[in-house]
Order: sequence, then C-alpha cells, then structure tokens
Amino acid sequence: MKKAIQILTCEQAIKTMIAPHSRVMVGGFGLRGYPEALVEALVDSGIGELTIISNDLGSPGVGLGKLLTNNQLKGLVGNYYNWNPEVAYAYNEGKITVDLLPQGTFAEGIRAAGAGIPAFYTLAGVGTELAKGKETRKIGEREYVLEYSISGDVALIKAHKADELGNLVYYKTARNFNPLMAMACKHVIAQVDEIVPAGTLDPECIVTPHIFVDVLVLNGGKAK
Amino acid sequence: MIQINEETAKERIARRIAAEFDSSENRFVLNLGVGIPTMVADYVKNSNVYIQAENGMLGVGPLAAEGRGDWQLINAGRQIVTQTQGCSFFDSSMSFGMIRGGHVDATVLGAFEVDEQANIANWIIPNGKQLGVGGAMDLVSGANRVIVAIQHLDRKGASKIKHKCVLPITGFHEADLIVTEYAVFCYENEQLVLKEYAPEVTLDDILRITEANYVISPAVKVMEVVV
Repeated sequence: MKKAIQILTCEQAIKTMIAPHSRVMVGGFGLRGYPEALVEALVDSGIGELTIISNDLGSPGVGLGKLLTNNQLKGLVGNYYNWNPEVAYAYNEGKITVDLLPQGTFAEGIRAAGAGIPAFYTLAGVGTELAKGKETRKIGEREYVLEYSISGDVALIKAHKADELGNLVYYKTARNFNPLMAMACKHVIAQVDEIVPAGTLDPECIVTPHIFVDVLVLNGGKAK
Repeated sequence: MIQINEETAKERIARRIAAEFDSSENRFVLNLGVGIPTMVADYVKNSNVYIQAENGMLGVGPLAAEGRGDWQLINAGRQIVTQTQGCSFFDSSMSFGMIRGGHVDATVLGAFEVDEQANIANWIIPNGKQLGVGGAMDLVSGANRVIVAIQHLDRKGASKIKHKCVLPITGFHEADLIVTEYAVFCYENEQLVLKEYAPEVTLDDILRITEANYVISPAVKVMEVVV
C-alpha cells in the first residue's frame, strides 16, 4: 500500500526523502529527461555521501555534474561519463567509486529490480574488463555473464504530464530510464511539466501507472 | 602512396557502409554509433532502413537544422534529430531488449583498434579523461551484423587494423565487416579477408599499411568511390 500522492515543492520533496548515504536513481540521458529542478534542489540541500545511479553525470558543472563539483558524491553506478571528464579524474584519484556497466545491462538491472528479478544472464561484456570477477555460465553454445538487479532508495524522475493520481506520460527521447527507475526504488519523486485532472490522460497511453509514484513536483520553468 | 585527407576518408567510409543497405527489400533496423557512423545516415538511400537510437527511438530522421529542432529529441550522441513518419519512442529497457534480443539487423560503430580475430576495442583508453562504455558491448554482442567504421591509420601513421588489440576489448570476434578509407575486410572462417581496396592504392600498399594478417579474396576488387 502507498500513501495518497503528495504534491510538494522540490525542496520539501528532497528534504523529506533523501538523507546522507542515500542511493538515489536519477532519470535522463545526455541532459534530456532528467529532473532539472529536483537535481538543483538536491545540490542546494548539500546532502552528501550520495550514491547516484544514472546513465551519465551531465556535463562538468551542469545538471548532476554539480553534485561532483560540490563534493556530495560517494559513488556512482552508471554507464557513460565521457560527457563529464571530472568523473574520470575523481575516480582516478580515488575520490569516488564507479560501478560501470554496459548500457543495456544497466537498463535491464533497473528493470529487473522493479520486476522482482534478482539477477539475469547477458552476453554483453563477456570476457571483458567489465565482467572481471563476475560469475559466468554456458547456456547452449554461448557463455553469459551474471548481472545483478539494481535498486535504490529514492528515484528522481522526469515525466511530461501527470494526472492528479500520479499516472505519468513522457516526452520523446526524454523518456529513457525514467519509467524503469519509477519501479526500482522505495520512493519515487516525479518532476512534471503539467498536472492534469484525473481521467484526462488516455488510459491506453499511460506509461507509468500511479501506484509507482509517491510525490509530484511541478516544473517551475523550462530549465535546460 | 597517395594520402587521403581525414574529411574525405570519413565521407568515403560512411558512403561505402551506407551502400551495404541499398539492396534490402525487407524492413531493416540499423543502429549507428557516434562519429563516422552517424554520417552513414546521410548516405542511406533505401526507405526500408529504419534507424534506431539506443536512447529510445526507432525511426530517427536527419539532424535538425541549427536552432530549429526540439531539444528533447536527440540521438545517442546528444545531437538534436528529427523524427520520421511512423517513428516510435520507448524506454531504455525496451531499446536494449531490441538490441540484445536480435531485432537490430546491423550496428555501425567506430573503434580505436580492431584486430585479425575481429576483436573490437572502442570503449576506453585506461586512466584517461573518459570513463564510459555506452551501449557498445550490448550492441556488438546483440546486433545481427557488426560493421566497424575506422580510419586505417592513426595520427602517427600506425595501422589501426592490428595483429592483436592492445586496448581493452569491447567484444571478441564480433566484427563482421571493417571499412576503412583504403580497404574493406570481412571476417570469415576465423580470418580477415580483403574484399576491396581503394583506387589510389595497390595490394602491396594495403599489405604495407596493415598490421593484421589477412587473406585476399579471390574476388577482390577496387572499391567504388564517390570521394
């Protein structure tokens, strides 16, 4: 059972749901579809020792990149930090841990967590440095690597529209990891561009049913 | 040997790879990596080809005109693109289900190095300023055909078609076709086979600029080039 949906400000949402050492999933890919206002509020909160689970870490000093410049990070779980070289520097200096996963494995790990699947086998990465120390198994003619599901304490996601119940629809390539993360965390805060009355979203088009969402925050401006 | 400048080399590689898809009469799903692979889209003429972007789109159109696009509509290289009629959007898990599940007919990707065992190294230079893998490992193992777009020589003139890759491997024995500005190799029966060579060079030139061992196809021919 979940509490009725709450509509909060970004500051309230971050303060009530995130604490030092939280594992926080953040949607987005290449600065699209990440919850800009929630990320700003997380930066402003100064909460530290965070593990951020996200595809990338924005750009230096932009979006999630601010958490690194602001020394709020303990570790990262993700896929692609080439857009933010500060991640490589911090990792090479031993300042943060980075658990790097192939993009499909990262996505499927999150999906699996939300769907109650603890681990799965994949071909991606077999024999490479990213599979070092991981269990493998031959199934049929090929060897696969065992990858574990990825869960978090709180998901910060971005959707285009919500209705008053918390049903969500997304926008173009801003969808990316958001619907998966909505299922993989104990608490879910969704930043949306618009909240419409219940019953006005086409039920055939709802991507994330409301039961996965705890808090809605309304996007104030079109931050980029 | 005549040197081919970088700009010409890239366009030639992209055009040659695009020609691979000309004859498909069935719906063909194509994933394009960053760099030269993105340019391939400019030369694909076949309307049966549907371009997939692993960030969650099938039916990627041309790059948006400067300042005219929708900033939330991007390809995997963060470029603002357009959508084609009948395109669809989906989450990252479905996108990689499409890739891992064998529903993508071909992927074109760039590489730092590729070797005579069709091993591809394209994800990291250790201890550098980049830490990331992207979808490359899923793509090389999941796509039905893997095409490597690579300039033949590095900036110091050394062959990028190696005897054995030095950099960390992305996928083992996964390259099906390797296209450079000077040559086209395929991987058949566990060896590289030279299929085509550029009009400016001789077979001896290819031997001299290629570190990898390869055999010459009995049907070897001169590459058809526009540039």
